[in-house]
Amino acid sequence: MRTAARSTAMTDLLDQAPASDKPLESHDYAIEARGLVKRFGDTLAVKGVDLTVPRGAIYGILGPNGAGKTTTLRMILGIIDPDEGVRRIFGEDRPQRIARRIGYLPEERGLYPAMKAPDAIAFMGSLRGLPRAEGRKRGIAMMEEYGLGHAVDKKIKELSKGMAQTVQLLGTLVHRPELVILDEPFSGLDAINQGKLEGLIRQLAADGTTVIFSTHVIHHAERLCSDVAIIAGGQVPYAGSVEVARDRLPPQVRLETKNESGAWRDALPASATREGGAWVFELPESGIEPLLRALIEGDAGIRSLSIERAGLHDAFVQIAGEAAAEAMRSDAPAQEIAA
Amino acid sequence: MSSSARLSLWQAAWVIARRDFTAIVFSKVFLLFLIGPLFFLGIFAGGGYVGAMAADSADEPQLAVAFTPDANAAIEKARDELDPLVGMPDITLVAPADAADPRALLEDEDRNLLGVLSGSLADPLLTGPKEDVERWEGKVAIMVGAARGEAIPQAKIEIDMTDGAINRQTAQDATARAGIVMLFMLTIFLAGMVLSNLAEEKGNKIIEILAAAIPMDAVFVGKLFAMLGVSLVGLVVWGTAAGVILLLGASALPVIPPPAVGWPLFFALFVIYFAMAYLLIGSVFLTVGSLAPTVRDVQTVSMPATILQLLIFFLANFAVGQPGSALEIFAAIFPLSSPYMMVARAAKEGVLWWHLAAIAWQVLWVAIFVKIGASLFRAKVLKSGTAGREKGAGRKGLLALFGSASNQS
Repeated sequence: MRTAARSTAMTDLLDQAPASDKPLESHDYAIEARGLVKRFGDTLAVKGVDLTVPRGAIYGILGPNGAGKTTTLRMILGIIDPDEGVRRIFGEDRPQRIARRIGYLPEERGLYPAMKAPDAIAFMGSLRGLPRAEGRKRGIAMMEEYGLGHAVDKKIKELSKGMAQTVQLLGTLVHRPELVILDEPFSGLDAINQGKLEGLIRQLAADGTTVIFSTHVIHHAERLCSDVAIIAGGQVPYAGSVEVARDRLPPQVRLETKNESGAWRDALPASATREGGAWVFELPESGIEPLLRALIEGDAGIRSLSIERAGLHDAFVQIAGEAAAEAMRSDAPAQEIAA
Repeated sequence: MSSSARLSLWQAAWVIARRDFTAIVFSKVFLLFLIGPLFFLGIFAGGGYVGAMAADSADEPQLAVAFTPDANAAIEKARDELDPLVGMPDITLVAPADAADPRALLEDEDRNLLGVLSGSLADPLLTGPKEDVERWEGKVAIMVGAARGEAIPQAKIEIDMTDGAINRQTAQDATARAGIVMLFMLTIFLAGMVLSNLAEEKGNKIIEILAAAIPMDAVFVGKLFAMLGVSLVGLVVWGTAAGVILLLGASALPVIPPPAVGWPLFFALFVIYFAMAYLLIGSVFLTVGSLAPTVRDVQTVSMPATILQLLIFFLANFAVGQPGSALEIFAAIFPLSSPYMMVARAAKEGVLWWHLAAIAWQVLWVAIFVKIGASLFRAKVLKSGTAGREKGAGRKGLLALFGSASNQS
């Protein structure tokens, strides 16, 4: 099954070939996925996901719990194979072959409780080919840099949940990957650590690392991402630039006047509604100038006039539907179909 | 992409094996694992040693002889002459007056007497507990006869000593069965440990991190061989302890008949067959463990594998008593029971080429079991589909296990 919307570049690519017969060729992307399908028994968990992640981007995968984010990431990483479709990382269709270039933080955090924190970081690095001694050295340096210097001699089971989570994040980065994939990285972190993580993600991107993360909190994506994929019900109705997503909705005009009536009222769009003493309506296609002229000439007595660009949340509602947006707002864990 | 972009199967397996090995060997649980059997061995050996010491230090009960001085001297001389031939009781000579009441003399706590010989050479009386009297009556009669000067019939016997008086075949059968029991106990214990290790991995949610970075085949192989390494550490420790115990309490321990191939080769073969038996059943356990969706279920699903292991044990134990039978040949060929039967054969038969052939055969089956187990492990531990996999990956993977891991990297 094909998705309703794709990123522009991907659309061009896909329109040249049917389904997954033609190999993907672009090397400008860190990740390319086309027509990914995954079933678990009778349940169709992912129904044909297409997305492309440009190199160096901070890319968000947005969707409520159970939408198929984790399953999609697992397929992209090669942890599980799709039943249908193609995925490539840096042009390689067997992602595990380039495991040294990738860092992955799974949604379900896991570390060996009896290991000391630097050893845990080194072990994760050694899985990606980093010599253990070097991994340990880097692990200690990273812990100190990240404010965990006091915990270098502690075992994982002696750390708080947040600290252990940070240690695992450092283990994900210790081998200096070119692509970092984080599944719900903000989950379980307090506000301070969420801010730190945002800073770290920005820093990684500034250093040229491609970062892709899944989240069900739109604000994180809005603050960080250049591109997003919106996933709902196992499908990707939108994948592309955050700006383009926001531009799918016209800006909203919010107008407050001293006078309630007058000839200027005829200049308001028919769809204008009253919200808390203000008129709210979409910016007309003709722009704001004709309206402004009518307001002045009609002596409306403008108290305030603002033009607000649609946010990512509004775009999400428009693309994925109110139900998906409501599910995003809710923290109630839905059934994530995953192994 | 260059092969350096990912660890090879064996490199990745080494990372896993090293982590598991060090985590287990340097844990408190492993100390208990080592000490457990030593505790029982220690009690066994300690009891035997104390028994041997007690036996060595205790005074043997003696026969009190209460004849006249001349008769006593004649008895003593006859006893010394006969002892090397038929084994006589130690004697202590007492004055006839002291044995006026033989029962009272027997009850004297300062003496350790098995009986009292009183009266005279012509009319001797042996007094003592029923079992001692019945035991020594004949020899005392011979001793008294010799003291009287009666002729004792003797014939010159040529001696040709062999190294064993008991039936050699029966004795080696016991060694074979002991080998099978040891092999069974070690493998069932370790297979259980590898399962617990997998359960820990699932409980700690590590498995996804491993799956994202390295081939699941490597996780399987690494875990399997880590536990083999752990078991070899255990064998070295227990073997050393057993050696010390044998040295200390040799006299009190039952004599184990030497195996047909000799002790050094038998030990070497035992270690090899143990490794084979463990790798075969361990791969079954690990595969079964991967099918369990939760940690709690791991123990439940291991039951069929445990029953399988028990059946193999019973098969081997039954077949070892029927040398040359179709059942024994089947048990030697059937991969899971082959290590057990070949340990038994090492005890009973000295033919070495059998072992070379059996080891090659078992290595083949270990590779097959590990490959199938690893494939199932990969498919089941994290549910996976089929798209995007290389055609013939399974066949290549099997070859990789035999030495060429290039296709994995």
